[in-house]
Amino acid sequence: MSDERTLDLLEAKIEELRMLNAADGIDLSKEIERLESKLLGLRRTLYANLSDWERVRLARHPKRPYSLDYIDALFSGFFELHGDRVSGDDRALVAGLARFDGRTVVVLGQQKGRSTEENKVRFFGMTRPQGYRKARRAMLLAERFGFPVIALIDTPGAYPGLESEESNIGGAIAESLMTMSRLRVPIVAVVIGEGGSGGALAIGLADRVLMLENAVYSVISPESAAVILWKDKDRMKEAAKALRLTADHLRELGLVDGVVPEPLGGAHKDFHWTSSALREELRRQLAELAVLRPDDLIELRYQRYRTVGRYREGRPSARGDE
Amino acid sequence: MPIFKEKDYLRVELGREPDESLWMKCKSCGEMVFRRRVRENNNVCPNCGEYFFLTAFERIALLVDEGSYEDITKPIVADDPLGFRDRTPYPDRIVDAQAKTGLPDAILIGRARIGEVRLVLGVMDFRFIGGSMGSVVGEQICHGMETALAERCPFLLVCSSGGARLQEGLFSLLQMAKTSAVRARMAEQGVLFVSVMTYPTSGGVQASIASQGDVIIAERGALIGFAGRRVIQSAMAQELPADFQSDGFAFEHGAIDCVVGREAMRETLAALLGLFVGQP
Repeated sequence: MSDERTLDLLEAKIEELRMLNAADGIDLSKEIERLESKLLGLRRTLYANLSDWERVRLARHPKRPYSLDYIDALFSGFFELHGDRVSGDDRALVAGLARFDGRTVVVLGQQKGRSTEENKVRFFGMTRPQGYRKARRAMLLAERFGFPVIALIDTPGAYPGLESEESNIGGAIAESLMTMSRLRVPIVAVVIGEGGSGGALAIGLADRVLMLENAVYSVISPESAAVILWKDKDRMKEAAKALRLTADHLRELGLVDGVVPEPLGGAHKDFHWTSSALREELRRQLAELAVLRPDDLIELRYQRYRTVGRYREGRPSARGDE
Repeated sequence: MPIFKEKDYLRVELGREPDESLWMKCKSCGEMVFRRRVRENNNVCPNCGEYFFLTAFERIALLVDEGSYEDITKPIVADDPLGFRDRTPYPDRIVDAQAKTGLPDAILIGRARIGEVRLVLGVMDFRFIGGSMGSVVGEQICHGMETALAERCPFLLVCSSGGARLQEGLFSLLQMAKTSAVRARMAEQGVLFVSVMTYPTSGGVQASIASQGDVIIAERGALIGFAGRRVIQSAMAQELPADFQSDGFAFEHGAIDCVVGREAMRETLAALLGLFVGQP
């Protein structure tokens, strides 16, 4: 976003002035104040009018907090579980036990790498079959001990590659979905960045589905939709708009239960603020779910998914009827 | 979905004389073949063995005991929850597909018998927007499974789908969760689910209901996989083997139970179903 870059420059300038102010004893506070209020105004205008495509960009912002950042901020005593017990450990999906709000939970998180180096093992958060099988193992562990499951979703999609197909990635996703639909403990899923299609849903079949304000969740990326449906790779902005993939759209459509607000400019602008907002929301949702008996919990979850979809009663009308 | 090249369809209904020309050219071997012989040969080229697509009607006629099919497809049609418009508005695509196929959406559900075993079956039709699963297909599959559950008989699903119905956005993605939820409940109740994968079974359908069968049978020539060949090649710049996502590939990697030729599908299913009936 070029506009965002302008704001970042302005922010850096203010910081410079602030240092001068402190060092030289010249009083620049009036100037700093003026620029700060200008910055705030510009930021408000920019972020109040984000297009859906710009939100996609924000959801993928390189500075955006990732799963491990939230795990660090929200949980204590994180004990990471590795491996699917069959063929490997997928570092694009972390799983583990941790304390949240005085109780033990199982946390799952799709994890992007911060650097090229890190992405050699994180695969940009693209989960492989080993990752989904590890997640499933961790969920069954949660069920055995009555721990709630918190799933943090942030992936461009399941890992598209030869090895994935050889290990039956579709089958791994299918199995995870079946397991989640009958798991006898509460499940809360949060889309913290990118909710990329089946690779995201695979850990997202939950009692409560939340999204951060600037997260996106879609059946297909706007870029791929542009190619497949518009036959024009440059029409991704149009595709982003048509897909209704933002948190606000999806809440209006009734597909998402809550939207966790982010500070102006996105989650990374004030991570402490963002993580506090998420903590509050998770606390509230888990408290609501904690009172349900397992039978009621899975019955309510069943009803939620059994009724999802929009169609009309009727039969096809002959051409030209309408 | 246009990820797959559309093959030529034989618009014939079994048991009815085709109204097209007597001869057709096989796309695979280039031979001119007698259309009637193709039809009698289960829509397989009598010269080279190439499998032509089957419409849902043809598939049903091929699989079930004669005269046993009773359609119970729910009278519902696609809505347009997003007001979706790409090059064509979504409602127009639906009307076009309905006119082209004579189907309400990409699947039919019915009661039938195979080898005298009563069952509920769902048959997808690739001609209807790539057999994609939107809200209607998801609901129909659940309706089929629930009927099987209520009547304590097996459920058979013949898949032919490129994946999710993109024009319904997240509603279509969530059909994977919806069908999985009903399927999981059916599994707990001990009702048999047999999944038959044909060309193609991919994307969100392969990553949900199609892969959840107690037994998974692939029709010879099936394409089975999650991400498409072109997606993988463009995303990963990876060389892919010639047999990538073929029936043999899926079999060798343990994703399916067996590969069965079209001519043997009915008797294979009958034999399998027979092992599940009349057990104490």
